Amino acid sequence: MTHSFRTVHKNFSLARINTIAGNTLLELIRLKVFYFLLLFALLIIGSSAFMVNFTFQEQFQVLKDVSLGAMSIFTWLLAVLSTAMLLPKDIEDRTLYTILAKPVPRFEYLLGKLLGVLLLLLVATLLMSAMFAGALYLRQQMVIAATLHGVSPDQVQEAIRAIRAETFTASLVPGVVAIYLKAALCAAVTLFISTFATSWIFTILISVMVYFIGHIQSTAREYWLASGDGSQLAKIFMFFVTLIFPDLQLFNLVDDIVAGNAIHLLMFWKTVGLGVSYLGVYLLAAYFVFANKEL
Amino acid sequence: MKVRTIAAILLILAFGFARMNFEQKLTDEHRAAYFHGAKLNLDLRQKVGQLGFLAALSGFRSIVADLLWIKAHMEWEKTEWGRMALLFNTVTTLQPRNMMFWEMSAWHMAWNASLAASQDPKQPSLKLRLKAQREYFDLGRDFLIRGIQNNPDRYKLYEQLAYLYKEKYGDHCAAAEQYEKASQFPDSPAYMKRFAAYELAACPGHEREAYEKLRAIFDLGEKERAPTLLKRLKELEVKLEIPADKRIKVPEGFK
Repeated sequence: MTHSFRTVHKNFSLARINTIAGNTLLELIRLKVFYFLLLFALLIIGSSAFMVNFTFQEQFQVLKDVSLGAMSIFTWLLAVLSTAMLLPKDIEDRTLYTILAKPVPRFEYLLGKLLGVLLLLLVATLLMSAMFAGALYLRQQMVIAATLHGVSPDQVQEAIRAIRAETFTASLVPGVVAIYLKAALCAAVTLFISTFATSWIFTILISVMVYFIGHIQSTAREYWLASGDGSQLAKIFMFFVTLIFPDLQLFNLVDDIVAGNAIHLLMFWKTVGLGVSYLGVYLLAAYFVFANKEL
Repeated sequence: MKVRTIAAILLILAFGFARMNFEQKLTDEHRAAYFHGAKLNLDLRQKVGQLGFLAALSGFRSIVADLLWIKAHMEWEKTEWGRMALLFNTVTTLQPRNMMFWEMSAWHMAWNASLAASQDPKQPSLKLRLKAQREYFDLGRDFLIRGIQNNPDRYKLYEQLAYLYKEKYGDHCAAAEQYEKASQFPDSPAYMKRFAAYELAACPGHEREAYEKLRAIFDLGEKERAPTLLKRLKELEVKLEIPADKRIKVPEGFK
């Protein structure tokens, strides 16, 4: 009857992935990464207070731009810096050996690590979104209060409607989702790079480079796809840039959303689908390299 | 190189190949929905500097535009109209979908800068002052025209352009045309049609057309019968010699 004490080992276990993801998130939180939220708060309060001399449209515009821009920068930095440290830190602490000595497949380990970072990014994005929404709401109330003094009673409703139309728009939500997706994609790329990188500095440098090139990848793709007579060598170079680097400009929707652009639902889901595909492919590529890595 | 490393490279390349057309189509869809419309070229690079250009390329276009907008606001406080115009050009290039930037740029040029130019104490010649004023009107108009080119799906700038033609150029025909264009948008306010007809009434040679439009609005009911509408109709009835039995009946006490 000894078999009743033995648990059957599964090749893929969500519970194991959950544990690794949870621990990764906890480790990152212990590194006090959320301190950057203070900086974020200062930025939005600062930009909000600085704009008192502007029209309410200008105030809302700057508040939205600064907040969403800061969200974009912070989530990207968080994604790259926290992911670049994951593997080197686990090797240094010898945690990696302890985990992999157990029957934990390397794919689960990587997936758990990535999910931990994605959770961290999700929490950070939600917290920043809440702070941004709070600041925007406060500013809206202040503007409404100031406007009501100078408006006749029959124009009150129209004035309030105009102010509200300038503050919260439904398309801000897809904008924030796109920021999260871009950061998640950067985390997956960084994880892939860290599987073959020799140091975390190298990982960060290459990830930053991918970020910048990713934003102009579409130019390379269009050059390749255009039928015009270009230099053959340049075309081949652009072709490889297109193949290797992700198109991050597709996730950069927030600039135009803040300017009042509405995003169609189908287009948004296509963008989300593309982002998820990127995550899957970079994770798989990371696994292929990591599976062979001598530790 | 081990097999799995080669597999990783092949996977990245194959995915790159598979997504190429999809991404191009998605980019086209984004552009059709007026995303990524900013033209980030060498001209802009010279205007915003290397760091600003890098930031704009990396997805922080709106922040760079805001910083320049704040700078333009500071120039306004110093009444440096020329510098303001340059900064507005850069801001609107960075954020071509932001209506506020186009509207405010045009307003600063056509209203504030033009007034300052017409009262410039350093310029004794009235002729030159008026010429400078006219040039600022043109600058304001150019902002609105370029704004419309970048935002053909929104009525607001057509309305602003109509107002500019009416107030600054006294060109009621052009104003009527722009108000008419604005009124074609499903989300434009109902008064846009009225404004188009008012301007048309002041456009020489289009009195009959204006009368028919105003009459059609009048026939929509009490709610549409604004005092200006009644006044214009009465004027046109006299001008066009409309028979007495076909003239509108206005409320008592209306002048």
